[in-house]
Amino acid sequence: MVRSVSVDLNNDASLVIDIPDALCERDKVKFTIHIKTTLSSFQKSEFSVPRQHEDFIWLHDTIVETEEYAGLIIPPAPPKPDFEGPREKMHKLGEGESSMTKEEYAKMKQELEAEYLAVFKKTVQVHEVFLQRLSSHPMFRKDRNFQIFLEYDQDLTVRRKNAKEMFGGFFKNMVKSADEVLISGVKEVDEFFEQEKIFLLDYSSKIKDATAKAEKMTRSHKNVADDYNHISGAMNSIAADNNTAFKKHLEKCAEVFEKLRKLEDRVASDQELKLTELLRYYTRDIQAAKDLLYRRARALADYENSNKTLDKARLKGKDIAQAEENQKQCLRKFDKLSESGKKELTSFKARRVVAFRKNLIEMTELEIKHAKNSMSLLQGSIEILNSN
Amino acid sequence: MFLSRLRLPSSETQSTLTCNGQAAMSGGCGRNPPPFPDNEDQEAELDTRVLDSDEDDDDEGEDIFTGARSKPITPTSAPDEGDIFSEEGSYIRSDVHHATNGLHSDEELDLFTEATVELTLTNTTSQGRREIIGPTASACNTTHVPNSILKPSIVTKTMEELEEEESGDQFELNIAVTNPEKIGDGMNAYMSYKVSTQTTLPMFLNKTFSVRRRFSDFLGLYEKISAKHSLLGCIIPPPPQKSVVGMTKVKVGKEDSSSAEFVEKRRAALERYLQRVVAHPSLLQDPDVREFLERDELPRAVNTQALSGPGLLKMINRASDAVNKMTIKMNESDNWFESKLQEVENEEQLLRRLHAAVDSLVNHRKELCINTAVFSKIVAMLGSVEENSALSRALSQLAEVEDKMEQLHQQQAFSDFFILAELLADYVRLLGAVRCCFEQRMKVWQRLQEAQSTLQKKREAEAKLLWANKPEKLQQAKDDINEWESKVSQYERDFERVTCTVRKEVLRFEKEKARDFKQHIVKYLESLLHTQHRLVKCWEAFLPEAKAIA
Repeated sequence: MVRSVSVDLNNDASLVIDIPDALCERDKVKFTIHIKTTLSSFQKSEFSVPRQHEDFIWLHDTIVETEEYAGLIIPPAPPKPDFEGPREKMHKLGEGESSMTKEEYAKMKQELEAEYLAVFKKTVQVHEVFLQRLSSHPMFRKDRNFQIFLEYDQDLTVRRKNAKEMFGGFFKNMVKSADEVLISGVKEVDEFFEQEKIFLLDYSSKIKDATAKAEKMTRSHKNVADDYNHISGAMNSIAADNNTAFKKHLEKCAEVFEKLRKLEDRVASDQELKLTELLRYYTRDIQAAKDLLYRRARALADYENSNKTLDKARLKGKDIAQAEENQKQCLRKFDKLSESGKKELTSFKARRVVAFRKNLIEMTELEIKHAKNSMSLLQGSIEILNSN
Repeated sequence: MFLSRLRLPSSETQSTLTCNGQAAMSGGCGRNPPPFPDNEDQEAELDTRVLDSDEDDDDEGEDIFTGARSKPITPTSAPDEGDIFSEEGSYIRSDVHHATNGLHSDEELDLFTEATVELTLTNTTSQGRREIIGPTASACNTTHVPNSILKPSIVTKTMEELEEEESGDQFELNIAVTNPEKIGDGMNAYMSYKVSTQTTLPMFLNKTFSVRRRFSDFLGLYEKISAKHSLLGCIIPPPPQKSVVGMTKVKVGKEDSSSAEFVEKRRAALERYLQRVVAHPSLLQDPDVREFLERDELPRAVNTQALSGPGLLKMINRASDAVNKMTIKMNESDNWFESKLQEVENEEQLLRRLHAAVDSLVNHRKELCINTAVFSKIVAMLGSVEENSALSRALSQLAEVEDKMEQLHQQQAFSDFFILAELLADYVRLLGAVRCCFEQRMKVWQRLQEAQSTLQKKREAEAKLLWANKPEKLQQAKDDINEWESKVSQYERDFERVTCTVRKEVLRFEKEKARDFKQHIVKYLESLLHTQHRLVKCWEAFLPEAKAIA
C-alpha cells in the first residue's frame, strides 16, 4: 500500500510494511503495524505488532544517534498525533448538548467525526511513510533497532527508557540553531555541495512558508463547509413548520447545502492530504537534508582543525604520529560523508520530484471529481426546483 | 471517553491515492497523458469514469450523488459586451434570449430586452472578466465602480407583470436603477441614481423614460406611501437603510473597493425597493409613485432622519411595544390573524438566524479568497526556486490556477452576498413591515372599541338625562349619540376593510415571497454551478502540466 507523500516505497517485496489500523484512546494512538517479509532475519513471514507514537520517536532518535548513518538523510520523525481540534469540539458538544436542538447536535457530531477522521488519516499516513522510508533504504532496513521495533512482541516502553540513558542525546543536544551559520560559513570546494547548500537553504524557507499558507487556505475551505452546515440547519428550521411551496423550496435548498457541505469538506481534506501534507512532509525532509549538510560541514571543520593541529605538532615536534592519525581519520570520515551524502542528496531530488508529481496529479484529479459531483448535484436540484 | 477506530481496507486506500486504476499505470508511462477531451461528448464519458471510484472512496458509506447524470451545462458564451451597454453603461442581465445586438442609440431599450423568469447562468465571459456596471466616465465626478466587485444584477419581471402575464394582459412595467454618480464634493456631496422605467401602462406619459433621484428621494417616497397606505393595512416595502459610515466614505472621495461595494449594494437595494413598490397593485396606482418615476425634478424630501435605518426600526418596535402593552385581547371570530402573526414573528427570527449564517459564509469566502491569493504567490516563488525544470513549470502553473481560484471565490462571494444575503436581509425587514400591518389592524380595532365604549357612555348619559328629566340637555345627548353611532359604524366598516385588506395583503405577500425565494435560490444554485464549472476547467487545464513533471 503506497501512501502519497513518498512513492515507490513498497516496491521491494522482501520487506513490506503498512499500517492498516489505528486505535485512538483518550490521548494515545495505537498503530497496528503489519509486516510481510521474505528476509531470513525475521522469525515470521507475516505478522502484526501494536506500536505507540513514542516508539516511533525512540526509533528515530536511535537512528539519528548512530554515527554510521551520519552520511545519510535520516527520514524525519512523524509529528505527534494532534487531536486538539476534535477534542475541543467534543468538549463543546458535551457541554452544549442540553442547549442544542437534536439537529444541531447531530450536525456537530457529524462535523466532529469528519475532523477526527481527517486527523486520523494524516497521522497514519505520516507514521507509515516513516517506516516505509526505513524499510526501503538499503542501510536502514538492516538496522538492529528497526528490527526490534518491528518484531519485539512486547511493549517497547522499557527498552525506550534504557536507550535514553545510554545515548544521552548526543547529536540532538548540539546547538541546532547554529547549523545554518555553520553550513553557509564553510568554504566549499565541491561544486555539487555548493549548489546543494544554496538550493536547500532557499528552498527550505520557502517551503515552510508555503506549508503555513496552504494550512490557512485549507482552514478557510473548512470554514466555508461549516457555514454550509449552519445554513442548511437554519433553512431546515424554517421549513420545519408547514407545507407551503416556500417551505418546500427551502427544504430542497437545505438539502443541497447539506450535500455541498460534504463535498466542500472533501475538497478541504483532500487538499490537505495531497497538498498541505506534501509540503509539510518535504519541509521536514528538507530539514533532514540540511542536517546531513550540517554533519558534513562539521566533519569538514573537524578535518580543518586536525590539519591545524598537525601543523602545530610538526612545529613543536611533539605528538606528530597522533596528529597524523587524527588527520587521516577526519579526512576519511569527511570523504565518506561526502560520498554517501552526494548519493543521498541526488536520490532525494528524484524522490521529491516524483512525490510532487504524484500528489499534484492526485489532488487535481480529486478536485475535478468533487467539482463535477457538485455540478451534478446542483444541476439536478435546479431541475427539480424549476419543475415544481 | 472517546474511543475510535480507523480501519483502512486496502481497496479504499487504493482509490484514495489513484483516482482510478488506470491512473497508477499511466503515472508509470510517463509524460504523455491522454489527450484531454474538450467537447461535451467526451466530457460525459469522463464523468462516468471518475464516478466509478466514488463508491470506494466514500468513507462514510453514503451515496451523496443525485441520480441525475446529465451532461454538465456549459454556460452560453456571453454576448458581446457591447450588446448590453448603453452609452452610459448599464447593468447586465443573464439572459439567453437576448435579442438585441450592438449599441443602441435608444439605450433605454437595451436595459429591458425580454427578461425571462427562467434565469440562466451569469454573464461573465470565459476570461473571467466582469462586466462594468456604472458610468464610463461620462460626468466629471463619476465614481468609477471597479470591475472586481461588480456582478450582474437580477432583473425580474415585477409581480404585477407576472400576474398580468398569467391572466393574458398586455401590461408591463420594468424598473431599473443604474448609473450612480457622485454629485458635488466633500460632506455635501451625494449620490445620484438613474431611475429608468419601461412600461406599456397607459397611465404614464411615455413608454420609456428616466429620471435622476437621490437616496433621500426614496425615503421621501416611503414616507408619503406609508402615510397614506399603512392605515389601510397594506404591507409597505421598507426602504434601504441609511448608513453614515458608508456614505461618508463615498463623500470623502475614498475610491476603494469598499466604497464601490457600498454604492453597488445601495444601488441594488434601491432597485429592489422600487420593484417591490410597483409590484403592489394599489401602490402602483398612487400618484406619488408615478410622480417619483416620471417627474424631472422632485422637491427635496426633508425630515428623512426619522426614516433612516435605526429610525425606522425604532418606529416599528415602538408600534410593537404599544400593541404588546394592550391588555385588551381581540376576540377573533377565527384564529387566522393570531396564528398568522405568530407565524410571521417566528419566521422573522428564523430568517435572522439564516441571514447570520449566510453573512458568515460571505466573510469566510472572502477570507478564502485572500488566503488563496497569498498561497498562489508563495507557490510561484517556490516554483522559481525549484531546480527541476518540469516541476518548476508545474508549480508556476499551479500558482496561476490558484490565482484563477481566487477570482472564482471573489465572484462567488459576490453572489453569496447579492443573491442570498441581501434577499434574506430584505425579507427580515419585510416581515417587520408585515407585523406593522397587523398592528395597524389592531389599532383600528382599538379605535372601534373605544368608539363603542364612548357610544355606550353617551347612551347611558342620555338615559340618565331622561330619568333626571332635563329636556334641554337631551337634544345634545341625542346629537352625541348620533355622532357616535355613525362613528362606530364608520369604524366598523374600517375594521372590516382593514381585516379584508390585511388578509389579502398577507396572501399576496406569501405568494410573492415563495416566488422570490424560488427565483433567488435557483439563481444562487446556478451561480454555484457556474463556479464549479469554471473550477473544473481550471483544473483540467492544469492536469497535463502535473503529468508532464519528470
